Amino acid sequence: MMTIEEFGRRLRAKEITSEQVTEECLERIEADNDRLNAFICVMADTARQRARQADQELAAGRDRGPLHGVPLSIKDLLDIRGVATTAASRVREGHVADRDAATIAHLRQAGAVFVGKTNLHEFAFGTTNEDSAFGPARNPHDPSRSPGGSSGGSAASVAAGMALASIGTDTGGSIRIPAAACGIVGLKPSAGEVSTDGVVPLSTTLDHVGSLAQSVADATLVHHALLGDPTVSPPAPMPTSGLRLAVPRRYFCDLLDDEVRARFDEAIARLGAAGVHVDDIEIRHAADIAPIYLHIVLSDAAAYHAHALETVPQRYTAAVRLRLEMGRYILAEDYVRALAGRQVLRREVDAALTQHDALLLPTLAIPAPPIGAETVQVGNAAESVRNIMLRLTQPFNLTGHPAISLPSGMTSGGLPCAVQLVGCTGQTDALLRVAMACEVHISGVLTSG
Amino acid sequence: MTIESWLQAAIEDAEHRGLPELKPMLEALARATAALRQSLVSQSPVGQAATAQSRVRGVRSASAIRPS
Repeated sequence: MMTIEEFGRRLRAKEITSEQVTEECLERIEADNDRLNAFICVMADTARQRARQADQELAAGRDRGPLHGVPLSIKDLLDIRGVATTAASRVREGHVADRDAATIAHLRQAGAVFVGKTNLHEFAFGTTNEDSAFGPARNPHDPSRSPGGSSGGSAASVAAGMALASIGTDTGGSIRIPAAACGIVGLKPSAGEVSTDGVVPLSTTLDHVGSLAQSVADATLVHHALLGDPTVSPPAPMPTSGLRLAVPRRYFCDLLDDEVRARFDEAIARLGAAGVHVDDIEIRHAADIAPIYLHIVLSDAAAYHAHALETVPQRYTAAVRLRLEMGRYILAEDYVRALAGRQVLRREVDAALTQHDALLLPTLAIPAPPIGAETVQVGNAAESVRNIMLRLTQPFNLTGHPAISLPSGMTSGGLPCAVQLVGCTGQTDALLRVAMACEVHISGVLTSG
Repeated sequence: MTIESWLQAAIEDAEHRGLPELKPMLEALARATAALRQSLVSQSPVGQAATAQSRVRGVRSASAIRPS
Protein backbone atom coordinates (compact mmCIF):
# COMPACT_ATOMS: atom_id res chain seq x y z
CA MET A 1 0.00 0.00 0.00
CA MET A 2 1.31 3.44 -0.89
CA THR A 3 2.11 6.02 1.77
CA ILE A 4 0.16 9.26 2.12
CA GLU A 5 3.15 11.11 0.69
CA GLU A 6 3.20 8.91 -2.41
CA PHE A 7 -0.59 9.13 -2.70
CA GLY A 8 -0.36 12.93 -2.68
CA ARG A 9 2.32 13.03 -5.37
CA ARG A 10 0.47 10.63 -7.65
CA LEU A 11 -2.92 12.26 -7.01
CA ARG A 12 -1.64 15.67 -8.02
CA ALA A 13 0.17 14.16 -11.03
CA LYS A 14 -3.24 12.79 -12.05
CA GLU A 15 -1.90 9.20 -12.04
CA ILE A 16 -4.55 8.10 -9.54
CA THR A 17 -7.77 9.41 -8.05
CA SER A 18 -9.04 9.35 -4.50
CA GLU A 19 -11.99 7.32 -5.72
CA GLN A 20 -9.69 4.60 -7.12
CA VAL A 21 -7.56 4.31 -3.98
CA THR A 22 -10.60 4.43 -1.71
CA GLU A 23 -12.14 1.63 -3.76
CA GLU A 24 -8.94 -0.42 -3.38
CA CYS A 25 -9.15 0.03 0.40
CA LEU A 26 -12.79 -1.03 0.40
CA GLU A 27 -11.88 -4.10 -1.68
CA ARG A 28 -9.19 -5.04 0.85
CA ILE A 29 -11.71 -4.64 3.65
CA GLU A 30 -14.20 -6.80 1.77
CA ALA A 31 -11.54 -9.44 1.15
CA ASP A 32 -9.85 -9.53 4.58
CA ASN A 33 -12.17 -8.21 7.26
CA ASP A 34 -13.75 -11.57 7.97
CA ARG A 35 -10.26 -12.90 8.71
CA LEU A 36 -8.90 -9.87 10.64
CA ASN A 37 -12.05 -8.35 12.17
CA ALA A 38 -10.39 -4.95 11.99
CA PHE A 39 -13.59 -2.98 11.30
CA ILE A 40 -16.76 -2.69 13.36
CA CYS A 41 -18.44 -0.48 10.78
CA VAL A 42 -17.51 -0.01 7.11
CA MET A 43 -18.67 3.32 5.68
CA ALA A 44 -18.44 2.31 2.02
CA ASP A 45 -21.14 4.57 0.55
CA THR A 46 -20.10 7.76 2.32
CA ALA A 47 -16.43 6.98 1.65
CA ARG A 48 -17.07 6.67 -2.09
CA GLN A 49 -19.10 9.87 -2.02
CA ARG A 50 -16.41 11.83 -0.17
CA ALA A 51 -13.66 10.46 -2.41
CA ARG A 52 -15.58 11.53 -5.49
CA GLN A 53 -16.08 14.96 -3.95
CA ALA A 54 -12.35 15.20 -3.18
CA ASP A 55 -11.50 14.42 -6.80
CA GLN A 56 -14.01 17.01 -8.04
CA GLU A 57 -12.62 19.66 -5.70
CA LEU A 58 -9.08 19.02 -6.85
CA ALA A 59 -10.12 19.16 -10.49
CA ALA A 60 -11.76 22.51 -9.73
CA GLY A 61 -8.55 23.83 -8.20
CA ARG A 62 -9.39 23.43 -4.51
CA ASP A 63 -6.56 21.58 -2.74
CA ARG A 64 -7.13 21.05 0.97
CA GLY A 65 -3.57 19.86 1.63
CA PRO A 66 -1.73 16.58 2.20
CA LEU A 67 -4.77 14.64 3.51
CA HIS A 68 -6.99 15.67 0.58
CA GLY A 69 -8.77 12.52 -0.57
CA VAL A 70 -6.77 10.20 1.73
CA PRO A 71 -8.68 7.09 2.94
CA LEU A 72 -8.38 6.83 6.74
CA SER A 73 -9.84 4.47 9.32
CA ILE A 74 -11.06 5.75 12.69
CA LYS A 75 -10.99 3.93 16.02
CA ASP A 76 -14.57 3.38 17.11
CA LEU A 77 -14.04 5.51 20.19
CA LEU A 78 -14.24 8.83 18.32
CA ASP A 79 -17.54 10.41 17.33
CA ILE A 80 -18.39 10.75 13.66
CA ARG A 81 -21.64 12.63 13.17
CA GLY A 82 -24.54 10.31 12.32
CA VAL A 83 -22.59 7.11 13.06
CA ALA A 84 -22.66 4.91 16.16
CA THR A 85 -19.68 5.13 18.51
CA THR A 86 -19.71 1.66 20.01
CA ALA A 87 -16.44 1.69 21.97
CA ALA A 88 -16.64 -2.05 21.15
CA SER A 89 -19.20 -2.42 23.91
CA ARG A 90 -22.85 -3.43 24.19
CA VAL A 91 -23.10 -0.74 26.89
CA ARG A 92 -23.22 1.78 24.02
CA GLU A 93 -26.07 0.07 22.14
CA GLY A 94 -28.33 2.63 20.49
CA HIS A 95 -25.80 5.45 20.57
CA VAL A 96 -25.43 7.61 17.47
CA ALA A 97 -23.10 10.62 17.52
CA ASP A 98 -24.87 13.91 16.95
CA ARG A 99 -21.66 15.75 16.07
CA ASP A 100 -18.07 15.13 15.06
CA ALA A 101 -15.26 14.83 17.57
CA ALA A 102 -13.03 17.89 17.30
CA THR A 103 -10.33 15.85 15.58
CA ILE A 104 -12.80 14.33 13.13
CA ALA A 105 -13.99 17.84 12.23
CA HIS A 106 -10.38 18.81 11.55
CA LEU A 107 -9.84 15.73 9.36
CA ARG A 108 -13.04 16.50 7.47
CA GLN A 109 -11.75 20.02 6.80
CA ALA A 110 -8.48 18.49 5.61
CA GLY A 111 -10.39 16.46 3.01
CA ALA A 112 -9.84 13.00 4.52
CA VAL A 113 -12.09 10.10 3.50
CA PHE A 114 -13.35 7.89 6.35
CA VAL A 115 -13.57 4.26 5.22
CA GLY A 116 -14.90 2.95 8.51
CA LYS A 117 -14.60 2.58 12.27
CA THR A 118 -12.16 0.09 13.70
CA ASN A 119 -12.33 -2.56 16.38
CA LEU A 120 -10.77 -2.02 19.79
CA HIS A 121 -10.49 -3.49 23.25
CA GLU A 122 -13.79 -2.65 24.94
CA PHE A 123 -13.71 0.99 26.07
CA ALA A 124 -9.97 0.99 25.24
CA PHE A 125 -9.39 -0.84 28.51
CA GLY A 126 -6.91 -3.50 27.43
CA THR A 127 -3.83 -4.22 25.37
CA THR A 128 -4.87 -7.24 23.29
CA ASN A 129 -8.19 -6.33 21.62
CA GLU A 130 -9.62 -9.66 22.83
CA ASP A 131 -12.41 -8.22 24.95
CA SER A 132 -14.63 -6.64 22.32
CA ALA A 133 -18.38 -7.00 21.85
CA PHE A 134 -17.54 -7.62 18.19
CA GLY A 135 -14.93 -10.33 18.77
CA PRO A 136 -11.16 -9.96 18.69
CA ALA A 137 -9.30 -8.16 15.95
CA ARG A 138 -6.43 -10.21 14.54
CA ASN A 139 -2.85 -9.50 13.54
CA PRO A 140 -2.25 -9.39 9.75
CA HIS A 141 1.21 -10.95 10.26
CA ASP A 142 -0.34 -13.97 12.00
CA PRO A 143 -4.11 -14.04 12.56
CA SER A 144 -3.72 -16.42 15.50
CA ARG A 145 -2.07 -13.52 17.33
CA SER A 146 -3.27 -10.26 18.82
CA PRO A 147 -2.75 -7.05 16.84
CA GLY A 148 -2.12 -5.34 20.20
CA GLY A 149 -4.51 -2.88 21.67
CA SER A 150 -6.46 -1.11 22.42
CA SER A 151 -6.33 0.39 18.89
CA GLY A 152 -5.84 -3.08 17.41
CA GLY A 153 -8.29 -2.72 14.55
CA SER A 154 -6.68 0.57 13.56
CA ALA A 155 -3.20 -0.97 13.38
CA ALA A 156 -4.45 -4.06 11.55
CA SER A 157 -6.31 -1.90 9.03
CA VAL A 158 -3.15 0.04 8.11
CA ALA A 159 -0.86 -3.00 8.10
CA ALA A 160 -3.32 -4.85 5.84
CA GLY A 161 -3.73 -1.97 3.37
CA MET A 162 -7.36 -1.27 4.29
CA ALA A 163 -6.56 2.39 4.95
CA LEU A 164 -3.53 4.61 4.36
CA ALA A 165 -3.47 5.62 8.04
CA SER A 166 -5.68 5.48 11.11
CA ILE A 167 -6.65 7.54 14.13
CA GLY A 168 -6.28 5.91 17.53
CA THR A 169 -6.17 6.76 21.18
CA ASP A 170 -3.45 6.01 23.72
CA THR A 171 -4.01 5.89 27.49
CA GLY A 172 -1.21 3.48 28.41
CA GLY A 173 0.20 2.61 25.01
CA SER A 174 -2.91 1.94 22.94
CA ILE A 175 -1.46 3.51 19.78
CA ARG A 176 2.19 2.48 20.22
CA ILE A 177 1.53 -1.13 21.32
CA PRO A 178 -0.59 -2.12 18.29
CA ALA A 179 1.68 -0.14 15.96
CA ALA A 180 4.60 -2.18 17.30
CA ALA A 181 2.71 -5.48 17.10
CA CYS A 182 1.64 -4.82 13.49
CA GLY A 183 4.88 -3.31 12.17
CA ILE A 184 3.78 0.28 11.53
CA VAL A 185 4.46 3.74 13.01
CA GLY A 186 2.41 4.98 15.98
CA LEU A 187 2.53 8.50 17.42
CA LYS A 188 1.32 9.58 20.85
CA PRO A 189 1.71 13.36 20.92
CA SER A 190 2.30 15.47 24.02
CA ALA A 191 -0.43 15.39 26.65
CA GLY A 192 -3.17 17.89 25.91
CA GLU A 193 -1.82 18.76 22.46
CA VAL A 194 -4.58 17.07 20.43
CA SER A 195 -8.19 17.53 21.53
CA THR A 196 -9.99 14.59 23.13
CA ASP A 197 -13.37 16.29 22.76
CA GLY A 198 -15.85 13.79 21.32
CA VAL A 199 -13.76 10.78 22.35
CA VAL A 200 -15.15 8.23 24.84
CA PRO A 201 -12.75 8.61 27.78
CA LEU A 202 -10.83 5.94 29.63
CA SER A 203 -8.85 8.32 31.84
CA THR A 204 -9.25 12.00 31.16
CA THR A 205 -5.76 12.67 32.54
CA LEU A 206 -4.00 9.94 30.55
CA ASP A 207 -5.90 9.84 27.24
CA HIS A 208 -4.19 11.02 24.03
CA VAL A 209 -5.41 11.04 20.40
CA GLY A 210 -2.82 10.25 17.73
CA SER A 211 -2.00 8.54 14.46
CA LEU A 212 -1.05 5.11 13.18
CA ALA A 213 0.70 5.32 9.82
CA GLN A 214 3.16 3.71 7.47
CA SER A 215 5.98 6.21 7.98
CA VAL A 216 7.06 9.05 10.22
CA ALA A 217 6.33 11.52 7.42
CA ASP A 218 2.76 10.21 7.18
CA ALA A 219 2.35 10.36 10.96
CA THR A 220 3.50 13.98 10.81
CA LEU A 221 0.93 14.84 8.16
CA VAL A 222 -1.91 13.21 10.10
CA HIS A 223 -0.76 14.77 13.38
CA HIS A 224 -0.93 18.26 11.92
CA ALA A 225 -4.32 17.58 10.40
CA LEU A 226 -5.56 16.45 13.84
CA LEU A 227 -4.37 19.81 15.18
CA GLY A 228 -6.41 21.63 12.54
CA ASP A 229 -3.26 22.58 10.62
CA PRO A 230 -3.58 20.41 7.50
CA THR A 231 -1.30 22.25 5.08
CA VAL A 232 1.99 21.56 6.89
CA SER A 233 4.52 19.48 4.97
CA PRO A 234 6.82 17.01 6.73
CA PRO A 235 10.00 18.76 7.83
CA ALA A 236 13.34 17.76 6.40
CA PRO A 237 14.98 15.20 8.69
CA MET A 238 17.84 16.55 10.76
CA PRO A 239 21.30 15.05 10.21
CA THR A 240 21.97 11.98 12.34
CA SER A 241 25.48 13.11 13.12
CA GLY A 242 25.31 15.00 16.39
CA LEU A 243 21.98 13.54 17.50
CA ARG A 244 22.07 12.47 21.14
CA LEU A 245 19.81 9.65 22.31
CA ALA A 246 19.56 8.22 25.83
CA VAL A 247 18.77 4.57 26.60
CA PRO A 248 17.19 4.01 30.03
CA ARG A 249 18.53 0.50 30.55
CA ARG A 250 17.37 -0.32 34.06
CA TYR A 251 13.70 -1.39 34.19
CA PHE A 252 13.13 -0.59 30.49
CA CYS A 253 15.54 -3.26 29.23
CA ASP A 254 15.30 -5.68 32.17
CA LEU A 255 12.44 -7.79 30.83
CA LEU A 256 12.66 -8.31 27.07
CA ASP A 257 12.05 -11.20 24.75
CA ASP A 258 15.41 -12.33 23.33
CA GLU A 259 14.56 -11.42 19.75
CA VAL A 260 13.09 -8.05 20.74
CA ARG A 261 16.34 -7.34 22.60
CA ALA A 262 18.41 -8.43 19.59
CA ARG A 263 16.49 -6.15 17.21
CA PHE A 264 16.84 -3.28 19.71
CA ASP A 265 20.60 -3.76 20.04
CA GLU A 266 20.94 -3.97 16.25
CA ALA A 267 19.03 -0.70 15.86
CA ILE A 268 21.36 0.97 18.38
CA ALA A 269 24.36 -0.32 16.45
CA ARG A 270 23.00 1.04 13.16
CA LEU A 271 22.26 4.41 14.77
CA GLY A 272 25.78 4.50 16.19
CA ALA A 273 27.25 3.72 12.79
CA ALA A 274 25.20 6.62 11.38
CA GLY A 275 26.82 9.02 13.83
CA VAL A 276 24.16 9.12 16.53
CA HIS A 277 25.60 9.44 20.04
CA VAL A 278 23.88 6.97 22.37
CA ASP A 279 24.24 7.16 26.16
CA ASP A 280 22.93 4.95 28.92
CA ILE A 281 20.92 6.83 31.54
CA GLU A 282 18.78 5.91 34.52
CA ILE A 283 15.25 6.91 35.49
CA ARG A 284 15.47 6.23 39.18
CA HIS A 285 11.88 5.50 40.12
CA ALA A 286 10.93 3.58 37.01
CA ALA A 287 10.06 0.55 39.12
CA ASP A 288 7.22 2.56 40.68
CA ILE A 289 5.56 3.26 37.34
CA ALA A 290 3.13 0.33 37.30
CA PRO A 291 1.49 0.90 40.71
CA ILE A 292 1.24 4.63 40.05
CA TYR A 293 -0.38 4.05 36.65
CA LEU A 294 -2.73 1.39 37.99
CA HIS A 295 -4.16 3.57 40.75
CA ILE A 296 -4.79 6.48 38.40
CA VAL A 297 -6.25 4.63 35.42
CA LEU A 298 -8.48 2.37 37.51
CA SER A 299 -9.87 5.28 39.52
CA ASP A 300 -10.49 7.49 36.50
CA ALA A 301 -12.15 4.68 34.54
CA ALA A 302 -14.32 3.61 37.47
CA ALA A 303 -15.55 7.17 37.95
CA TYR A 304 -16.66 7.40 34.31
CA HIS A 305 -18.32 3.96 34.31
CA ALA A 306 -19.92 4.02 37.78
CA HIS A 307 -23.46 4.62 36.52
CA ALA A 308 -23.33 1.93 33.81
CA LEU A 309 -21.76 -0.53 36.25
CA GLU A 310 -24.80 -0.05 38.49
CA THR A 311 -27.45 -0.12 35.77
CA VAL A 312 -26.24 -2.36 32.91
CA PRO A 313 -23.29 -4.40 34.25
CA GLN A 314 -24.23 -7.44 32.16
CA ARG A 315 -23.54 -5.51 28.97
CA TYR A 316 -19.79 -5.33 29.62
CA THR A 317 -17.46 -8.14 28.66
CA ALA A 318 -16.66 -10.05 31.84
CA ALA A 319 -12.97 -9.12 32.04
CA VAL A 320 -13.48 -5.41 31.45
CA ARG A 321 -16.35 -5.25 33.93
CA LEU A 322 -14.17 -6.80 36.64
CA ARG A 323 -11.29 -4.42 35.96
CA LEU A 324 -13.64 -1.46 36.17
CA GLU A 325 -15.16 -2.79 39.39
CA MET A 326 -11.69 -3.09 40.89
CA GLY A 327 -11.22 0.65 40.44
CA ARG A 328 -14.20 1.37 42.66
CA TYR A 329 -12.29 0.08 45.67
CA ILE A 330 -9.26 2.36 45.42
CA LEU A 331 -8.94 4.73 48.37
CA ALA A 332 -8.72 8.48 47.79
CA GLU A 333 -5.48 8.65 49.77
CA ASP A 334 -3.84 6.15 47.41
CA TYR A 335 -5.07 8.04 44.35
CA VAL A 336 -3.44 11.17 45.75
CA ARG A 337 -0.23 9.25 46.40
CA ALA A 338 -0.26 8.11 42.78
CA LEU A 339 -0.75 11.70 41.57
CA ALA A 340 2.25 12.79 43.64
CA GLY A 341 4.32 9.96 42.21
CA ARG A 342 3.29 10.98 38.71
CA GLN A 343 4.78 14.44 39.23
CA VAL A 344 8.08 12.93 40.35
CA LEU A 345 8.23 10.66 37.31
CA ARG A 346 7.48 13.61 35.04
CA ARG A 347 10.42 15.56 36.48
CA GLU A 348 12.70 12.53 36.22
CA VAL A 349 11.95 12.06 32.51
CA ASP A 350 12.43 15.82 31.99
CA ALA A 351 15.81 15.51 33.69
CA ALA A 352 16.78 12.53 31.55
CA LEU A 353 16.08 14.62 28.44
CA THR A 354 18.04 17.71 29.43
CA GLN A 355 21.14 16.66 27.50
CA HIS A 356 19.53 14.42 24.88
CA ASP A 357 17.26 14.83 21.87
CA ALA A 358 15.17 11.80 22.80
CA LEU A 359 15.00 8.64 24.86
CA LEU A 360 15.43 5.38 22.95
CA LEU A 361 13.86 2.16 24.24
CA PRO A 362 11.85 -0.81 22.96
CA THR A 363 8.12 -0.21 22.54
CA LEU A 364 6.83 -3.68 23.29
CA ALA A 365 8.83 -6.18 25.34
CA ILE A 366 7.40 -9.16 23.48
CA PRO A 367 6.25 -9.93 19.94
CA ALA A 368 2.47 -10.01 19.40
CA PRO A 369 1.09 -12.63 21.83
CA PRO A 370 -1.22 -15.48 20.82
CA ILE A 371 -4.90 -14.59 21.18
CA GLY A 372 -6.14 -15.99 24.48
CA ALA A 373 -2.77 -16.10 26.21
CA GLU A 374 -2.85 -14.77 29.78
CA THR A 375 0.87 -15.15 30.36
CA VAL A 376 3.96 -15.25 28.14
CA GLN A 377 7.38 -16.64 28.87
CA VAL A 378 10.10 -14.00 29.07
CA GLY A 379 13.41 -15.55 30.03
CA ASN A 380 12.69 -17.96 32.86
CA ALA A 381 9.54 -16.24 34.08
CA ALA A 382 5.90 -16.33 33.04
CA GLU A 383 4.75 -12.73 32.79
CA SER A 384 1.19 -11.37 32.66
CA VAL A 385 0.43 -10.41 29.05
CA ARG A 386 -1.33 -7.20 30.11
CA ASN A 387 1.47 -6.08 32.44
CA ILE A 388 4.31 -6.81 30.06
CA MET A 389 2.56 -5.13 27.12
CA LEU A 390 2.00 -1.91 29.09
CA ARG A 391 5.39 -1.89 30.77
CA LEU A 392 7.33 0.32 28.33
CA THR A 393 4.62 2.65 27.07
CA GLN A 394 2.53 3.60 30.14
CA PRO A 395 5.31 5.73 31.69
CA PHE A 396 4.89 8.40 29.03
CA ASN A 397 1.13 8.61 29.48
CA LEU A 398 1.85 9.39 33.11
CA THR A 399 4.50 11.97 32.25
CA GLY A 400 2.82 13.36 29.12
CA HIS A 401 5.98 13.27 26.97
CA PRO A 402 5.44 12.69 23.23
CA ALA A 403 6.47 9.20 22.08
CA ILE A 404 6.61 7.46 18.73
CA SER A 405 6.98 3.77 17.92
CA LEU A 406 8.98 2.74 14.84
CA PRO A 407 9.36 -0.74 13.30
CA SER A 408 12.80 -2.24 14.00
CA GLY A 409 12.73 -5.51 12.10
CA MET A 410 11.14 -8.90 12.55
CA THR A 411 11.55 -11.97 14.70
CA SER A 412 12.63 -15.23 13.09
CA GLY A 413 8.94 -16.17 13.18
CA GLY A 414 7.96 -13.15 11.09
CA LEU A 415 6.53 -10.96 13.86
CA PRO A 416 7.35 -7.24 14.02
CA CYS A 417 9.56 -5.64 16.69
CA ALA A 418 9.67 -1.93 17.44
CA VAL A 419 11.54 0.78 19.26
CA GLN A 420 10.22 3.93 20.82
CA LEU A 421 11.58 7.48 20.79
CA VAL A 422 10.43 9.84 23.54
CA GLY A 423 10.83 13.60 23.23
CA CYS A 424 10.51 16.68 25.41
CA THR A 425 7.07 17.74 26.59
CA GLY A 426 5.38 20.10 24.17
CA GLN A 427 7.91 19.35 21.43
CA THR A 428 6.20 16.72 19.30
CA ASP A 429 7.48 18.32 16.08
CA ALA A 430 11.07 18.12 17.35
CA LEU A 431 10.52 14.45 18.19
CA LEU A 432 9.14 13.84 14.69
CA ARG A 433 12.25 15.39 13.16
CA VAL A 434 14.45 13.09 15.26
CA ALA A 435 12.28 10.12 14.30
CA MET A 436 12.54 11.00 10.59
CA ALA A 437 16.30 11.08 10.87
CA CYS A 438 16.44 7.74 12.71
CA GLU A 439 13.66 5.88 10.88
CA VAL A 440 15.74 4.21 8.18
CA HIS A 441 18.48 3.22 10.63
CA ILE A 442 16.01 1.80 13.16
CA SER A 443 14.15 -0.20 10.52
CA GLY A 444 17.33 -1.44 8.91
CA VAL A 445 15.59 -1.28 5.56
CA LEU A 446 17.33 1.01 3.10
CA THR A 447 15.03 2.95 0.81
CA SER A 448 15.82 4.70 -2.41
CA GLY A 449 15.37 8.43 -2.80
CA MET B 1 -6.62 2.59 56.78
CA THR B 2 -4.23 -0.32 56.63
CA ILE B 3 -4.02 -2.35 53.47
CA GLU B 4 -5.02 -5.46 55.38
CA SER B 5 -8.24 -3.93 56.73
CA TRP B 6 -9.00 -2.35 53.36
CA LEU B 7 -8.53 -5.65 51.56
CA GLN B 8 -10.73 -7.56 53.98
CA ALA B 9 -13.52 -4.98 53.64
CA ALA B 10 -13.19 -4.90 49.86
CA ILE B 11 -13.38 -8.68 49.50
CA GLU B 12 -16.41 -8.86 51.80
CA ASP B 13 -18.15 -6.12 49.84
CA ALA B 14 -17.39 -7.77 46.50
CA GLU B 15 -18.79 -11.08 47.72
CA HIS B 16 -21.85 -9.31 49.09
CA ARG B 17 -22.36 -7.76 45.64
CA GLY B 18 -22.11 -11.13 43.93
CA LEU B 19 -18.61 -10.58 42.54
CA PRO B 20 -16.45 -13.21 44.30
CA GLU B 21 -14.22 -13.42 41.22
CA LEU B 22 -12.87 -9.99 42.18
CA LYS B 23 -10.98 -11.50 45.12
CA PRO B 24 -7.71 -12.39 43.31
CA MET B 25 -7.79 -9.05 41.50
CA LEU B 26 -8.25 -7.16 44.77
CA GLU B 27 -5.37 -9.13 46.27
CA ALA B 28 -3.21 -8.09 43.32
CA LEU B 29 -4.37 -4.50 43.77
CA ALA B 30 -3.44 -4.70 47.45
CA ARG B 31 0.10 -5.70 46.46
CA ALA B 32 0.26 -2.74 44.06
CA THR B 33 -1.06 -0.42 46.78
CA ALA B 34 1.59 -1.68 49.19
CA ALA B 35 4.24 -0.95 46.55
CA LEU B 36 2.79 2.50 45.99
CA ARG B 37 2.80 3.34 49.69
CA GLN B 38 6.35 2.08 50.12
CA SER B 39 7.52 4.05 47.10
CA LEU B 40 9.46 7.19 47.84
CA VAL B 41 7.93 8.97 44.90
CA SER B 42 4.44 9.02 46.35
CA GLN B 43 5.62 10.75 49.53
CA SER B 44 5.84 14.28 48.34
CA PRO B 45 8.72 15.88 50.31
CA VAL B 46 10.95 12.84 49.98
CA GLY B 47 9.94 12.50 46.37
CA GLN B 48 11.10 16.02 45.60
CA ALA B 49 14.47 15.32 47.17
CA ALA B 50 14.75 12.13 45.16
CA THR B 51 14.08 14.06 41.98
CA ALA B 52 16.89 16.46 42.68
CA GLN B 53 19.24 13.51 43.13
CA SER B 54 18.00 11.99 39.91
CA ARG B 55 18.66 15.19 38.00
CA VAL B 56 22.32 15.11 39.01
CA ARG B 57 22.69 11.37 38.70
CA GLY B 58 21.00 11.24 35.30
CA VAL B 59 23.68 13.50 33.89
CA ARG B 60 26.61 11.96 35.75
CA SER B 61 25.70 8.38 34.99
CA ALA B 62 25.39 8.95 31.27
CA SER B 63 28.11 6.76 29.78
CA ALA B 64 28.69 6.45 26.10
CA ILE B 65 28.22 2.93 24.83
CA ARG B 66 29.18 3.90 21.32
CA PRO B 67 31.54 6.69 20.37
CA SER B 68 29.99 9.38 18.23
